[in-house]
Amino acid sequence: MTFDNTILTIVTFLPLLGAALVLVTPKTALNAIRWTSLATTLVTLALALWLWAAFDPSNPGFQFVVNYDWLGNSIGYRVGVDGISVLFVVLSALLMPFCVLASWEAIDKRLKEYMAVFLILEVLMIGVFTTLDLAMFYVFFEGTLLPMFLIIGIWGGKRRIQASYKFFFYTFVGSVLMLLAIMAMYWNAGTTDISRLLTHEFPEGMQTWLWLAFFASLAVKMPMWPFHRWLPEAHVEAPTAGSVILAAILLKLGGYGFLRFSLPMFPDASAQFANFVFVLSVAAIIITSLVALVQTDIKKLIAYSSVAHMGFVTMGIFAGNALGIQGAVFQMLSHGLVSGALFLAVGVIYDRMHTREIDAYGGLVERMPQYAFAFMVFTMANVGLPGTSGFVGEFLTMMGVFQVNTWVAFGAAFGVILSAGYALWLYRRVVFGALTKDSLKSILDLNLREKVVLYPLIVMIIVFGFYPAPILDTTAAAVDNLVAHYAASVGLDPSVSLAEARAPLEYAAPTGEVQPAAEHAAEPAAH
Amino acid sequence: MNSDVTDFASVAPAYPELVIAVGALVLVILGVIINKERSALISWLAVLLIAAAGVVALAMPADGVLFNGVFIADAFARYMKLLVLGGAALALILAMPNSVENGVHKFEYSILAVLATLGMMIMVSANDLMSLYIGLELQSLAAYVIAAIKTDDKRASEAGLKYFVLGALSSGMLLYGASLIYGFTGHTNLQEIVAAIAMEGRSVGLIFGMVFLLAGVAFKMSAVPFHMWTPDVYEGAPTPVTAFFAMAPKVAAMALMVRLVMDTFQPISSDWQQVVIFISIASMVLAAFAAIGQRSIKRLIAYSSIGHVGFALVGLSSGTQVGVEGVAIYMAIYLTMTVGLFACVLSLRTENGYVENIEDLAGAAQARPFVAAIMAILMFSLIGMPPLAGFFAKWHVFLAAIEANLYVLSVIGVLASAVSAYYYLRVVKTMYFDEPKATFAAVPNELTILLAISAFLIVTYYFSVGNALTNWAHIAAGSLF
Repeated sequence: MTFDNTILTIVTFLPLLGAALVLVTPKTALNAIRWTSLATTLVTLALALWLWAAFDPSNPGFQFVVNYDWLGNSIGYRVGVDGISVLFVVLSALLMPFCVLASWEAIDKRLKEYMAVFLILEVLMIGVFTTLDLAMFYVFFEGTLLPMFLIIGIWGGKRRIQASYKFFFYTFVGSVLMLLAIMAMYWNAGTTDISRLLTHEFPEGMQTWLWLAFFASLAVKMPMWPFHRWLPEAHVEAPTAGSVILAAILLKLGGYGFLRFSLPMFPDASAQFANFVFVLSVAAIIITSLVALVQTDIKKLIAYSSVAHMGFVTMGIFAGNALGIQGAVFQMLSHGLVSGALFLAVGVIYDRMHTREIDAYGGLVERMPQYAFAFMVFTMANVGLPGTSGFVGEFLTMMGVFQVNTWVAFGAAFGVILSAGYALWLYRRVVFGALTKDSLKSILDLNLREKVVLYPLIVMIIVFGFYPAPILDTTAAAVDNLVAHYAASVGLDPSVSLAEARAPLEYAAPTGEVQPAAEHAAEPAAH
Repeated sequence: MNSDVTDFASVAPAYPELVIAVGALVLVILGVIINKERSALISWLAVLLIAAAGVVALAMPADGVLFNGVFIADAFARYMKLLVLGGAALALILAMPNSVENGVHKFEYSILAVLATLGMMIMVSANDLMSLYIGLELQSLAAYVIAAIKTDDKRASEAGLKYFVLGALSSGMLLYGASLIYGFTGHTNLQEIVAAIAMEGRSVGLIFGMVFLLAGVAFKMSAVPFHMWTPDVYEGAPTPVTAFFAMAPKVAAMALMVRLVMDTFQPISSDWQQVVIFISIASMVLAAFAAIGQRSIKRLIAYSSIGHVGFALVGLSSGTQVGVEGVAIYMAIYLTMTVGLFACVLSLRTENGYVENIEDLAGAAQARPFVAAIMAILMFSLIGMPPLAGFFAKWHVFLAAIEANLYVLSVIGVLASAVSAYYYLRVVKTMYFDEPKATFAAVPNELTILLAISAFLIVTYYFSVGNALTNWAHIAAGSLF
């Protein structure tokens, strides 16, 4: 029982304790429920940050590992984080307090159940990133459906039932195929231990099928075009905090799955399908950006922009070089902050006006200058303006993919232009213009609680825009390891793809602790 | 032929059955002697008796073949018997609240249930076509009567009659199959049949016999295409009786099926595999689609139980030890979920009596948050959503199917489970997303306890009982190989 072998278990399951506390609180004690939930999420966040601080970024393997057999010899209790997953743990823990705060007054019915379900959702989300057991990954991955189904269905908007069903079935049908693939992997490798599966070589013919089965699940979760149809509806109907979690964390499960499984475990199939993924990614970036342009519902617009941004992520991942993958991880984290922030910002005006129609707003800057500023920062980050975190991810992924396929990068660049189009147009229609609508004339600016929610996000988005090193340094070793493994498996020379990758990364992370390329190239060869 | 029973100690493997048999006779006498109004006492005594048999089975485990080879006790039989006993005892507890309204207040009900349990235990331990049939009929005859125990209710009488007619037909098929097998192998003892098949190889008559025999057993566990009686009987019989039918008899029939195919027909595994795969796919797919249109909760549960038999058979289709292990785990988890499910159905009473249709559940989440929450958990578990126990049940059976390279079966199975999610979710949706229409009565204590235990086991399966159950099922499955 030391820090190293308990911290992950505690971070993962602590919110469960909070959920139990909330459940035993009488349902009329609203404040007690709120403060208990907030305290739980804050303690979890503190522990997650502690975990990040204690994490050794120079070690490319898994840390804080616990590994036991459990449930016969197939499913085990195994946890551990590496440079890729630790940041997602932090992101999940980071956004939860904001979600609790955003739901402080917005949830007017069944608050007790709401908070309990949210805390359970937190357990499952963090569990996805900390588990090192393939079967348990599925358990957590799929388990997130359950609370989210309830959140959309109970606390959602008018068309919530259809949206919750659609969400459930799209994801469930994709996932069950992944379940079978997981079982096939177990029989082939004889274990569900991810750290051992990462070094197991699956037969080439089998890889194709496994890759496709994983793709069925992860592409829906991501979501990749054309499997994204559930997302706009789920986003629109979910309550604010539900949208935040959906956009910021649940979509990342797809990307994380690609990074953790598809790329390292099925490298041959990944190389074989890379162009397929590129086509879908570019299609997602361009088509959904165009679709976003014509939306009349604010949340729907942001939802489509999420699909477009996820296109950059898949593109970066399957570029298969350090730059692309670093960029993809950064883009996911940044999108987690930015889209979370955007949905929170929409929630602010939705709580006041109870409408998401863009036409119902206009000229908000006159009554809500502070809000206008916050919303501007988030919009710019969404566009990918240099100096915000949105820029770094998009830039790195495009750099990465440029080395592999120029045309894909060319296509993706349109997405940057289009995103400026829809995001700035949205901002103009909602915030600028004359304040002519009577209903808006008495609207109030941010209150203290909303400032507490939005201002930290502004700070983080700008800080990581100018100084992405903390994130890039954390992921560097794990990503290099992954790239070396991938390159070796598909027959590329790992030193070349790493060396190429180093120089631009140095540029992107000028203050980062970057080692000479040659030294780096030598290291993965030892693996 | 010399008897292998020399003294009392030599029948140790059959102690649990003896406890139940003697106890049932004592209960009959007691029931006749004591006042009829005090049948609750008989019910509790019956529960105690079953529990005592369970304790005997657990505390004095003894393996062996008895009574000139017609009775076998091994780890697998013990595992399945404990499930049967647990299912029977819990069904009796479920019948206690509001027993008069349900028509199960007569003391005969408990005694018949105990006798049916005895029949099931004999099925589980059958090692001869004769004892197999005796056990099956003892169980069925008792079940026919308790299906119609509410004599003043037309639907219950109809259910009883329907069950009897179709049950008699299936018994006939089973007997015909048994006679064919006897005719083509010359033996009724299962072990001798294995030896005979291994020696002489397969013959058309033997295959016919096997198919008929399996059809008879499939009827008892209501697998498609022998499922027709299930929705009608489940709907017509009083709910506590339905609960009884949905739990222990299915486990017993499944245990019998497993023993038959894994042991007796092991030499012709490629032949029975086709049959089992067909039954499995048909059950999963038909149940998934047929349940969508159901309005009555009990019919929904009936189709759901048909589907679950199909899923359990996925494990058996593999014909491996992992598969048998999966089936054993599946039945234990299925039993736990079914107890909770019926406890929920029996707890939700409006001013018009028991909730019959799904739409009557509207808004139950606000009126009865505890029951509704547990019912929702059960529904998610029945779908097979992680991290609930239902997922681990499916995990084990599909794991076996994948090992045996039954990919088509597995893909159809998981897709069927996705379809089945639709109707399970409808219950959750009605309870949680819709507005309340009726007021719900308070929940009896017995049911609250059962609900809490079932939900606890299902939610914490991975942490609490999962490991022990898996190990135990592993030992049980190992005894067949």
